[in-house]
Amino acid sequence: MENSKGPVWVIGEQVDGQVVTVTLQLIGQARKLASQLGTTVEVVLLGDNIEEQARNIFSFGADRVYLGNAPVLDQYQSEIYTDIIVKLAKEKEPEIILLGSTHMGRELAPLVAARLQTGLTAHCIDLVLNQENILEQKIPAYGGLISIICPEKRPQMATVAKGVFPLPEVETGRTGELITLELAADLKSRVRTLEIVRTKPDGVPLGTAKVVIAGGAGVGDTNGWAEIEELAGELNAAIGSTRPAMDNGWADPESMIGQSGKMICPDLYIGIGLSGELQHMVGISGCRIMVAVNNDPKATVFEQVDFGIVDDCRQFIPLLTEKIRQHRSG
Amino acid sequence: MLNIVVCVKAVPEPKESCKITIDPVSKTLNRCEVAMVLNPLDKNAMEAALQLKEQYGAHITVLSMGPPQASPIVKECLALGGDQGFLLSDRAFGGADTYATAFTLASGIKKVGKPDIILCGMASSDGATEWVGPQIATFLDMPVVTMLKEIVNSAGDCWQVKASLEDGYRLLEVDLPALFTVTRDLNEPRALSFSGIIKARKKKITVWGKEDLGVPEESLGLPGSPTIVSEMTTTDNKRQVEIITGSREEMADQLLLKLVDAGAI
Repeated sequence: MENSKGPVWVIGEQVDGQVVTVTLQLIGQARKLASQLGTTVEVVLLGDNIEEQARNIFSFGADRVYLGNAPVLDQYQSEIYTDIIVKLAKEKEPEIILLGSTHMGRELAPLVAARLQTGLTAHCIDLVLNQENILEQKIPAYGGLISIICPEKRPQMATVAKGVFPLPEVETGRTGELITLELAADLKSRVRTLEIVRTKPDGVPLGTAKVVIAGGAGVGDTNGWAEIEELAGELNAAIGSTRPAMDNGWADPESMIGQSGKMICPDLYIGIGLSGELQHMVGISGCRIMVAVNNDPKATVFEQVDFGIVDDCRQFIPLLTEKIRQHRSG
Repeated sequence: MLNIVVCVKAVPEPKESCKITIDPVSKTLNRCEVAMVLNPLDKNAMEAALQLKEQYGAHITVLSMGPPQASPIVKECLALGGDQGFLLSDRAFGGADTYATAFTLASGIKKVGKPDIILCGMASSDGATEWVGPQIATFLDMPVVTMLKEIVNSAGDCWQVKASLEDGYRLLEVDLPALFTVTRDLNEPRALSFSGIIKARKKKITVWGKEDLGVPEESLGLPGSPTIVSEMTTTDNKRQVEIITGSREEMADQLLLKLVDAGAI
């Protein structure tokens, strides 16, 4: 096979030695892009004591893994990780670099892109090659989709949230080349992660919830948000939000659904006091039943759901919660 | 005394931004009269600067890149307690992606003088890419901490801070000078005071164009941007909606029935 294009890279991420889901999903997409380009899929994975996990990656579609394996790499260190990736990228000249839109990826990606003097697209919801084999990086904006390209600079870089691409099928027994990186003896950094503290999230986790209640700007204030929480409690639902709801400080940033937040696929979604902007709606896929409550009959959300209630959510939601409570106890 | 630069952006009023849409025929933006406001997270960046000023004494420079209409946003930050304001404004800056924007802002910061601390909102409400802060830091060769949620210890030249994570936080140590992008968790932004507005009348906003920055024009605006928008399309997420009507009671009863019938409750 002709191999004129550089490889497609995925910057892997591990948490406590486990490779995270979005990395594997990106390897799946990288495989498709690499097949079209006639090139290879390579993963850069940094951590400590993770050789076995690195070898596991081949079965998801990687051809080569560059492994940085050292105690100092156990936890994400922005400057050290950036230096290693930039140095390797200058040497190997990848055509494309993909990162997960995780907290790590969202910090690391712009640092790597600026050092490589190339472009970077945030939180893509699709990645396809056009006729010139240039990566079309799709993001939702202004009620539609825009496609961003990086026509001249290389690599072409993008971040993608967990859940945008499916997990690839595992090919048991598939192998590849594991290359352990030679690291500088003293990796210096002006910013050092001392400790990572993980807290258990409250309530039902959004990513896997069967029922999601999402609120937007129309919820009005913290009292209105308390009504959303009440309904969610009654339905054992996870709470989601739009950017305006988060900007107003009612909703936890981790509850944001959509392009720059979480991707969800619940059975039932109820959107309350939100207009139906694509940045939010794009985060909901394969949902069986969708409901919207909004006092504006012209809100575009009413074109994107199965059942619509045109009413003031502040009045309607407490009543609905009460009805559900009665139904449950009756 | 600390030298602090706060980078701010004028964004379309978030509540009205949905009015900007893509025309399905011409594939261009239907812009309309949407008011420009201070990016919400930049208020937290400004508040952090003001608190540091109160604690240690500081000189706060407010810096923005944008059209002349962005000037009131810089003025607002001066009214909050910023000491001097700069607006980088030139047609040559237009069409910049995050890379060119960060390069332009970094050039402005170099001209102002290298600060001890640079503060930015974590993201802008219109672009939401989060790239500009870390890329400014790269161009100025400074360390960066994104998603700052708490300053644990700000005494001396090595700070201890917390940055937010998916499920928890990172505790970090960072050597100054450094750039931080801030989250809403960091503080509660103060409101504008009348006396602040009066004082800001006397504070000057300096406007700098491309000649003032003294950088090659091809590194600015559209020519300096690695990425471009290649295409705009409208999407079709349409479902066959059933609008439930009736009194509020009836609507609640009907919706409950539908959800129960569908096995969702």
